[in-house]
Amino acid sequence: MSRSHAQSGFDVAVVGAGVVGCAIARRFTLEGAKMIVLEKAPDILDGASKGNSGILHTGFDAPCGSLEQSCIASGYSEYLDIRERLGLPLIRSGALVLAWTEEEEARLPELMQQARDNGVGDVEALTSDEILRREPNLSRRVRAGFCVPREFIIDPWSAPHAYLLQALTNGAELRRECEVLAGQFDGSAWRLETSAGEIAATCVINAAGLYGDLVDQTLRGVSDFHIRPRKGQFVVYDKAAAGLVKSILLPVPSATTKGIVVCRTAFGNLLVGPTAEEQTARDEAVLVPETLAQLQERGTQIVPALSDIEVSAIYAGLRPATEFKDYQIRAHREINLITVGGIRSTGLSSALGIARHVFSQYLELGHAPHALTDPIWPTVAQISEAGERSWQTPCNDGVVCHCERVTRAEIEAALEGPLAPGSFAGLKRKTRVTMGRCQGFYCSAELARLTKDRLKHPMSGAPDDR
Amino acid sequence: MTGDTAPAYDVAIIGGGPAGLSAAVELKRLGVASVVVIEREREAGGIPRHCGHYPFGMREFSRVLRGPDYAARLVERALRVGVEIRTRVSVTSLKPGPQIDVSSPDGLATIRARRVLVATGVREKTRAARLIGGTKPSGVLSTGALQGLVYLDGLKPFSRPVILGTELVSFSALLTCRHAGIKPVAMIEPNARITAWRASRLLPGALGVPLMLGASITRIEGRAQVEAVEVADRSGRTSRIEADGVIVTGQFLPEASLLRDSHLAVDSMSGGPCVDQFFRLSDPAYFAAGNLLRPVETAGWCWAEGRAAARMIAGSLAGTLPEPTPRAGLALMGDALKYVVPQRLVAASGAPRTLQVRVRRPARGTLSVVVSGQNLWSQRIDALPERRILIPLDRLPIDLNGPVHIVFAEDKA
Repeated sequence: MSRSHAQSGFDVAVVGAGVVGCAIARRFTLEGAKMIVLEKAPDILDGASKGNSGILHTGFDAPCGSLEQSCIASGYSEYLDIRERLGLPLIRSGALVLAWTEEEEARLPELMQQARDNGVGDVEALTSDEILRREPNLSRRVRAGFCVPREFIIDPWSAPHAYLLQALTNGAELRRECEVLAGQFDGSAWRLETSAGEIAATCVINAAGLYGDLVDQTLRGVSDFHIRPRKGQFVVYDKAAAGLVKSILLPVPSATTKGIVVCRTAFGNLLVGPTAEEQTARDEAVLVPETLAQLQERGTQIVPALSDIEVSAIYAGLRPATEFKDYQIRAHREINLITVGGIRSTGLSSALGIARHVFSQYLELGHAPHALTDPIWPTVAQISEAGERSWQTPCNDGVVCHCERVTRAEIEAALEGPLAPGSFAGLKRKTRVTMGRCQGFYCSAELARLTKDRLKHPMSGAPDDR
Repeated sequence: MTGDTAPAYDVAIIGGGPAGLSAAVELKRLGVASVVVIEREREAGGIPRHCGHYPFGMREFSRVLRGPDYAARLVERALRVGVEIRTRVSVTSLKPGPQIDVSSPDGLATIRARRVLVATGVREKTRAARLIGGTKPSGVLSTGALQGLVYLDGLKPFSRPVILGTELVSFSALLTCRHAGIKPVAMIEPNARITAWRASRLLPGALGVPLMLGASITRIEGRAQVEAVEVADRSGRTSRIEADGVIVTGQFLPEASLLRDSHLAVDSMSGGPCVDQFFRLSDPAYFAAGNLLRPVETAGWCWAEGRAAARMIAGSLAGTLPEPTPRAGLALMGDALKYVVPQRLVAASGAPRTLQVRVRRPARGTLSVVVSGQNLWSQRIDALPERRILIPLDRLPIDLNGPVHIVFAEDKA
């Protein structure tokens, strides 16, 4: 494709700024493509990417030979390669796959073999005594299990923020509140009609997550898959719970879900979830009290001391599952469109790998950009418990959100820059304000003052969304 | 160099609300030389700072004040007697010594004191902790958040909310709404009876707010902003109320996260620290007062408690307080009982105090104190949650050779 044409528009427009869209924007920018990211929400990460469990998976339990497995493997290793340069945290927790019933115990050898087949060769079988030595707060009912030493905990928001920030810093553009309404391919380039005007790009990548099939229908008139939103509800326990377990505690997975995980978060809390509930709505994840109570009960069965610790947050996410098991990534060569669909559940781990895979497809379409020789490596604010926080340093200008210890300096920094939030929800994802045990009891007024006239969608109260 | 280990203060008080400030003033009055109050907000004064309504201050100032005026007077009085108040300083950990690690706008620091009083107060139980279902739109607020927005910033986060709860604070929320021109559409209470004193029952009626007893919120609806709540009655029948906000009031919890991370013992029943009748924690250099001890009391009560705790701390500094051991634990019998404070008794005379008991649900019956099988005190009670029940400790000839049981025999329904 000629460079001259691209000067009038962009080489590539990515539809959707979830973790996958952000990683694609970064990869393509580093490879020299002129990128624009189109997000229909006021902030990035507003769909499937806002409600995951924050785990960097090795892919040990992914289907052997699947595209998902290979993307997780390459995404995992790239995250480890780049994380320090981007300022991204890593908590080397390891995971334990635990069997609680005879049937589950019988499946352990098969799962360990699958892990080895997937290149995760360091799994190790453990007896219940060995498990309890590692995790003394675990219920003594555990029968057996195995450890996966390189399953880690990461920050589900700072990672995609960093990917997109690196793209933007190196020349990519981001349009928010920009929904793709229609598009024409004229044989050499796309003209996209959006809610924020017309945008020209040689190639389009559909990374629209929960709307992936609809965007394909808009652009191609047809979709090869149907999104079947799968809801995952979580309960999050307060800081006191995080000290109870070191490892990520995984159940023996079923055919449709990895099952209920008990896991510390990068922010020093402990989460229990997700459920896996199919639904039709793409934009509404309803919390169900009975299900939340069941999660709480399940958490207490696994770690009995949780009964004494209060739930500090509840949330539900939607994963963009389809009728297929594997990812649905396809290049439509004749119209310069690459569809990246059905990235269910493992997107945080695989995003960097997906971006590489999609870029190889882009090259196959005949494009030949020149990689940046000396790209800029910006760093994102460190808001996890894995490193030093602002409140521990001079000139932090005081703690505002006391539960999550978010300082005025952190909030001010988050409100500036190319990824300044457009809504209060966006600010929460960048800083964690109001996400702790008091949920805004103490700091709502101060936050209203700090964000006054600085958010496109101002806080009307203390928004309770995540 | 002596500065590294010598305590900088005689007493450090964590939390500048009514309990902390009254303790500080009383300590100065008793001749304690250096007293510092550590407050994480920009201004001391605590929760009353954003309760822009009456009545505060009868006990303390013999007049009826609005919350912010009351808070300002508490601060002014403390400053006048020479208390140092350090604002915008957050305590991050409590350690033996006592040593307090803090974060201030300048970064980390350590404060050493001979005694520490923890008075970090309470917060309301959130929508999340109550596992209320539905979506997560804007407009779901605690009373504390609402009052901050209304009184400190003049904001109006919604115009037609529902109020969940009928505690004293729920009526405070109602008054806050009225102040801001917000018209609540319903007050919703899961119990069959209103929780606050009966007199306040007139209030929602008088303000034209329908009261729904025996009802609970099962679901919050709305995308960006709250659009409606689903309410279920006792039989499970649901109805939908259009509203643009939910004020989730009360069910206070002690703000005890600092204690949970420390070497100090926490009582899972009250949610606050384990104390003896001298307000003394498991580390006898630490004391606690105010609503951190238990949810929840009025500002005036906390103020009085702070003053009483100050006398114990002064005694501790002077070496006149009884030894913290031997002591007996108090055990609760009867599942309607929620907590008893103090949780431990030291065999000592003096310290005329009361045991504070609460129930977790409405209940009638006989409350007794039983020591070594011997019934020492009994009283009929008709109790509601969040209401004060007092057992006069000074009249109990408590023999600490055996366990002390607080027994509640409920009437058969």
